[in-house]
Amino acid sequence: MIEAKALTKIFEIKKGDDIPAVVDLNLSIAQGEVFGFLGPNGAGKTTTVRMLTSLIGPTSGQAWVNGFEVGKEDQEIRRNVGVLTEHPGLYERLSAFKNLMIYANLHDVESAEKQVEKYLHMLGLWSRRDDPAGSFSKGMRQKLAIARALLHEPQALFLDEPTSGLDPEAARLVRSFIEELGDQGRTIFLCTHNLNEADRLCNRIGIFKSRLIAVDTPANLRQEIYGRKVVFHLRALDPAWKKLIGTIEGVRDVQLVDQKIVVGMEDPEGLNPKIIRLLVENGADLLFVGELRHSLEDIYLQTLEEEGVIKDEL
Amino acid sequence: MNFKSIRTIIDKEWAEVFKNRMVLFTMIFMPLIFTVLPLVMLYFTGQEMGDMGGVGTADVPAEFLSACSSDMTGAECMQVYLVNQFLLLFMMVPVIIPVTIAAYSIVGEKTTHSLEPLLATPISTFELLVGKSLAASLPAIIVGWISFGLFVAALPLLGVTKSVINYIAGPTWLLAIIIAGPLMAIASVNLTIFVSSRVNDPRTAEQISTLFLLPILGLLFAQLAGVIVINVMVMLSFIGGMILVDIGMVYLGTSIFQRENILTRWK
Ligand SMILES: Nc1ncnc2c1ncn2[C@@H]1O[C@H](COP(=O)(O)OP(=O)(O)OP(=O)(O)O)[C@@H](O)[C@H]1O
Ligand SMILES: [Mg+2]
Repeated sequence: MIEAKALTKIFEIKKGDDIPAVVDLNLSIAQGEVFGFLGPNGAGKTTTVRMLTSLIGPTSGQAWVNGFEVGKEDQEIRRNVGVLTEHPGLYERLSAFKNLMIYANLHDVESAEKQVEKYLHMLGLWSRRDDPAGSFSKGMRQKLAIARALLHEPQALFLDEPTSGLDPEAARLVRSFIEELGDQGRTIFLCTHNLNEADRLCNRIGIFKSRLIAVDTPANLRQEIYGRKVVFHLRALDPAWKKLIGTIEGVRDVQLVDQKIVVGMEDPEGLNPKIIRLLVENGADLLFVGELRHSLEDIYLQTLEEEGVIKDEL
Repeated sequence: MNFKSIRTIIDKEWAEVFKNRMVLFTMIFMPLIFTVLPLVMLYFTGQEMGDMGGVGTADVPAEFLSACSSDMTGAECMQVYLVNQFLLLFMMVPVIIPVTIAAYSIVGEKTTHSLEPLLATPISTFELLVGKSLAASLPAIIVGWISFGLFVAALPLLGVTKSVINYIAGPTWLLAIIIAGPLMAIASVNLTIFVSSRVNDPRTAEQISTLFLLPILGLLFAQLAGVIVINVMVMLSFIGGMILVDIGMVYLGTSIFQRENILTRWK
């Protein structure tokens, strides 16, 4: 449904002064999936959305949306995707109704007025349809902009930070609407820098800062985030120990880093003695044992400091 | 070329633009002034010349006599000479109105970021450009034609003589209003789009783009100074030059009006 292969965008400011906004992005998002694209300011989220919606061309690499290739079948892509751009970009002097009619006509939507009416009702804006969009609150504008992206019933929807700048109540409304859209089986590419939002709405999350750093389901990421890790510092390492430790019940994952073994588990107090015994029985020189613990925020930020997260820590 | 998209853009532009007082003011008052001024002038010069019992052809600048037909009296030729100065003012209408509309439209879309969602629809940038150009130039062309029509219609009521009317409704003016006007409108819209992509205040865009009036003012002063006489030949050469300018300006406009360009290079 949405696929990217080595997708790269480098902005050239002056000769020799390049900004690598998106580097070597590989992605595969299935039909009906709600994918969270999580990254801090300047990560390249908007740039990625612009490439995937055929607004700007990649410097290199390829991408497909609904089976159409970016750069080759741009018109088809524009016909088949809906975009909520970073700024709602409404025509403030025109009524909500008129704003939507313009887009319905540009997409050549059949029975445009009915479709506009449907979405105005759906988003609770019908009673304000004749008011200029400029008189709307931020939350209403955002809803209007989302309606605008849906008029032609696109299968793939790109939402660039749909709740940023909204108060909690408005954000909640927008989120529950996105949830509904996800339930309707649309493919949704959701850019956000809000962890909890991604957690709640998405089937999978990609953590991104110019490069894709981690991709997984929220449950797995949370495991990774909330799970505890114990580090066993050894004089020398035997790779066979990794497998041995892995057989102990309750051990989630085992990694070897330099002369250390990092073990993910829920219950270090219960398991540590077992692991230590096992290691000693197998001839390990155990120097000391320590725990790695991270808050949600920590992990996220560290993940962003590129892959050597654990390495840097040890 | 998708005409529905173009129509949608024109419709949208007009819905927005006619809500803008600045634009509306320019569209109504400028043509009004340019129509009324020459009428007032013709009325009073007609009266005066009547009182004086006729002015000789000797009073008309010698260079200008060629523009008058042989059956005109000196007074009529004098009127033709004076009214010709206003023709050039008239020709400013299709520059100033499109510049005003396009400047407010493009800079407005830029500051509210409304171009990006628009560009995410299947409309081609060329259709978008055509839509915007037509939306900005059609009102100017139509207003120009209407005010010229009113101007000509008012002439007999003010006692302007037949041969002067024939001159005004003759080839020089008709070429200017019907052909040169639209050509200038096209060029000025594209120039404004270029300027608007670089500045963030519609008034600045407007002011810079109206520098485009300089060639017309040049003609005006050249005529006042007696260096040239605006006749059919001059008008045809002006039109020829304008076609070249149009080609250049449309090229400039289309090259600046590309999706990637708009989103990443417009300041
Ligand atoms: N037109 C441009 N010219 C030069 N650099 C650009 C351009 N657009 C974006 N960039 C740079 O590319 C990088 C990524 O920008 P982008 O807007 O895609 O990030 P983002 O993840 O959407 O950030 P935010 O959360 O602030 O919206 C930034 O360093 C930005 O400065
Ligand atoms: Mg962004």
